[in-house]
Amino acid sequence: MQFEWIKIPYALLTLFIVVNYGMLLGAFIQKIGARVGRRRGVPIWQNYADLVKNFGLRTSITHGVMFYLGPVFRLTGGIGLLLFVPTIYGSEMFSNLSFAGDLILALYFVFFGTLGMALGAGESGHPHAAIGISRGLSQVTAAELPLALAVFSVALQYQTLSITDIVSAQQGGVLHWTLFTNPLAVAAAMLSFLGSMMRPPFDVVLAPQEIPIGPPTEYHSSYLALMQTNRAIFPVAKIVVYMNLFFGGAASWPVFFLKVFLIYMVSVFVGVAFPRFRVEQSIRWFLVWAVPLGILSILLA
Amino acid sequence: MKPELMKRMVKGPDGVEFEVEPMRDYYCDAPPTVQHGAYIKIVEDFFNWARSQSLWILGFGTGCGAIEMRPLMTPRFDAYRYGIQWRPTPRQANLLVISGYLSVKTLKRAIRAYEQMQNPKYVVGLGSCTINGGMYWDSYNTIKCLDQYLPVDLYITGCMPRPEALLAGFEDLKKLIRAGQAEGANQYAERFDWYKANQKQVIHDWDMPDYNW
Repeated sequence: MQFEWIKIPYALLTLFIVVNYGMLLGAFIQKIGARVGRRRGVPIWQNYADLVKNFGLRTSITHGVMFYLGPVFRLTGGIGLLLFVPTIYGSEMFSNLSFAGDLILALYFVFFGTLGMALGAGESGHPHAAIGISRGLSQVTAAELPLALAVFSVALQYQTLSITDIVSAQQGGVLHWTLFTNPLAVAAAMLSFLGSMMRPPFDVVLAPQEIPIGPPTEYHSSYLALMQTNRAIFPVAKIVVYMNLFFGGAASWPVFFLKVFLIYMVSVFVGVAFPRFRVEQSIRWFLVWAVPLGILSILLA
Repeated sequence: MKPELMKRMVKGPDGVEFEVEPMRDYYCDAPPTVQHGAYIKIVEDFFNWARSQSLWILGFGTGCGAIEMRPLMTPRFDAYRYGIQWRPTPRQANLLVISGYLSVKTLKRAIRAYEQMQNPKYVVGLGSCTINGGMYWDSYNTIKCLDQYLPVDLYITGCMPRPEALLAGFEDLKKLIRAGQAEGANQYAERFDWYKANQKQVIHDWDMPDYNW
């Protein structure tokens, strides 16, 4: 296969759109959460101000090489997940680096940032960071399990590991979506989705009211700015995977924006309605409710 | 000095003995330096605008005034509208609110929290106690004038000031930041010896390095 250089500006364009969309979406979701609590919430451009402020800090300190690399790995996880998955179905411009086996790679990228972050935050030496890591890794591992099962079920169903092929198999009407052809897998995956969006009831890892803010306790200035950028990219990238696998993908940007927003709203609805789980509660919840669904979907596929 | 802060030999779980000197190993003893802003004025102005729109308050209540900060997070006053948020760790915060009276014991913690924050950082003194001691003016264990121990950018008077007064105070702080006048961190670095001398005058059990970022 010939590498085409034009893909680089295309990929940068995708990234640009997704970063800005993610920043605005994040603030918008925060506003929705605030409205539920009868507040007005942050201004819609708050994330930009926070980002510039953090880049604009004049001093920063380091705890070692991995402390530097942690946020870099985190951002790599987000960008990699985004770029190895076709963003817009059928568009040469926004298919980016997707290839025949990208489904497996996407699963790796979902986990990659978390592991990088664990190494980086671990080197900061702060006990709160260490506790945050152990909580975060155990919760993410439990939440990944149903997703992995659902992904295998979908791969079995369509007999392919290429996300582009899975999307094209779902074209031709809403009833062709995996949501209707394989509802058990989608249910398992959506339960796992709740766990990975860092919203209640599964946000004990990062919630500022718990053991102070978990892994990023020691992160500040540019490091934190990198992680904030990832906070804009990663949820959207993750939702793109879900959208492609289960909800028929998106053939144009307006459809993309709408579907990503609606899928995000699933976790927001659950988040504003339910209180926070402790880690062992959330792990038990995933193992009891989500994993059996995933196993069942594989058995039936 | 407490025994756990002394230099000593420690035997690790793998049987290897090594020397630990908490005062040197866990802290940096380099004094703070004056940091210049961006050289192009328009860039610095832009940064200052962003700083003023993104005030992250360290969640650290020192005195009774901290009770006035809680209503700011709730629907009635909702400080998030103005870009004011609370952060649980000094690394990420850029505004330290000394909320009310400051006992000498807490001053020590406030200094450590302040020094872990990154430049530029701001200090707001909340309530009369931080200005002249207020109703604690003849107390044996509170400080009278916060300005002598930490560089204060802004005082909000009252005993206690209402949340509305706090919001108005934060808006004033934003004006100072946008005008480039909130350079407390550099002031602290310039007059570091003076501040340290003042701090050591009241804190008698000084068992921490002079600068502990």
